[in-house]
Amino acid sequence: MATSKEFFYRRLHSLLGVIPVGVFLIQHLVVNHFATRGPEAFNQASHFMENLPFRYALEVFIIFLPILFHAIYGLYIAFTAKNNVSRYGYFRNWMFTLQRVSGVVTLVFIAWHVWETRIQAFLGAEVNYDMMANILDHPAMLAFYIVGVLSTVFHFANGLWTFGVSWGLTVTPRSQRISTYVTLGIFIALSLISIRTIFAFV
Amino acid sequence: MSEHKMISFIITRQDTADSTPYDEEFEVPYRPNMNVISALMEIRRNPVNKKGEKTTPIAWDMNCLEEVCGACSMYINGKPRQSCTALVDKLEQPIRLAPMSTFPVVRDLQVNRSRMFDSLKRVKAWVPIDGTYDLGPGPRMPERKRQWAYELSKCMTCGVCLEACPNVNSKSDFIGPAPLSQVRLFNAHPTGAMHKTERLDAIMGDGGLTNCGNSQNCVQSCPKGIPLTTSIAALNRDTTFQAFRNFFGSDQA
Repeated sequence: MATSKEFFYRRLHSLLGVIPVGVFLIQHLVVNHFATRGPEAFNQASHFMENLPFRYALEVFIIFLPILFHAIYGLYIAFTAKNNVSRYGYFRNWMFTLQRVSGVVTLVFIAWHVWETRIQAFLGAEVNYDMMANILDHPAMLAFYIVGVLSTVFHFANGLWTFGVSWGLTVTPRSQRISTYVTLGIFIALSLISIRTIFAFV
Repeated sequence: MSEHKMISFIITRQDTADSTPYDEEFEVPYRPNMNVISALMEIRRNPVNKKGEKTTPIAWDMNCLEEVCGACSMYINGKPRQSCTALVDKLEQPIRLAPMSTFPVVRDLQVNRSRMFDSLKRVKAWVPIDGTYDLGPGPRMPERKRQWAYELSKCMTCGVCLEACPNVNSKSDFIGPAPLSQVRLFNAHPTGAMHKTERLDAIMGDGGLTNCGNSQNCVQSCPKGIPLTTSIAALNRDTTFQAFRNFFGSDQA
């Protein structure tokens, strides 16, 4: 078997970004959207998620380990590229660069977000509507969250497009064009959901 | 002579493989229908720069002079392309020439494209027909497929796609779009397909197919209009299946 580790790692990186990390992202944004129905609804939903059976196993295998691999290998990928949009300003090349930039921004945002919520919860804080309302009370933090969430959603939507190519699902130029429109739609839909959620805490 | 129209050039030069590059300006008397190569030949005939100083003639690669060999690729006004089909009448002046940056410079505009030829060997970009006995005629290719494969066969290993690719650089050992597309070409050939697995395994190795980051600069830059990104996506599909066959085993050869 001549297959190298690199092939396996790159494909694993592409797969993990969609399953389970992408699926978790959608679930996370959808559950948080309960905030638009008021603090009660949000607290109830977050309480339900907190009390899922096998919580730690779910967190470790569906969230932490996949994100950790995706992030570390992603950084390696991002920093081996020599971005050249100034010379080749084509649409896909811009997406290529933005995918790498948004990846790094998303990593910084997620690290901060996990520290502020999950690790604080581990240290004894209660994760609820008030916690998020307090965080987003500060305008700089609000801006940071908006940028972070939009960057995450972009990275996911554009990542879905590259997933289609990397696994050989979208081969022809026409299929890739259709995929561009579909993933653009996903970006807009998830952006609306997350922005509405953020402003439900303000 | 002074009434003659002159064409101005700014050329990035480099005396040896390791020395520092520098710019030198030239003025060449205009002739109708000139291409960049004929202007370079003019400088070679009379190696005097714009300031009137005698200098060394410029080194560059060329061969076919009709955009099928790929040897004369260089940056012309910021775009990597072949200097034989770069017509002076269609270029903004001063015309800026520079060597491609992805490949090691030999001298001036001459670069060493060996890495591409090494990659072609690595991926077995040929149809093996030699044996210890007469192998006989191979199966015929359907005309529709032949026309499609002909487009891929136009690749002249010029290096423009590697130059445009953000993932082909000194930090990565990505073989680039051109050799990958050749894998698709030879895997499509009825006789070449007999070695399909070997080629797929080769591009699943380090520096292979998965290094593509889908910036799609290659397909935008290819002077021959080869559908490189379609080739890459098709190979992604082939290697997906090949990976499963390699891992689980297969009843297919």
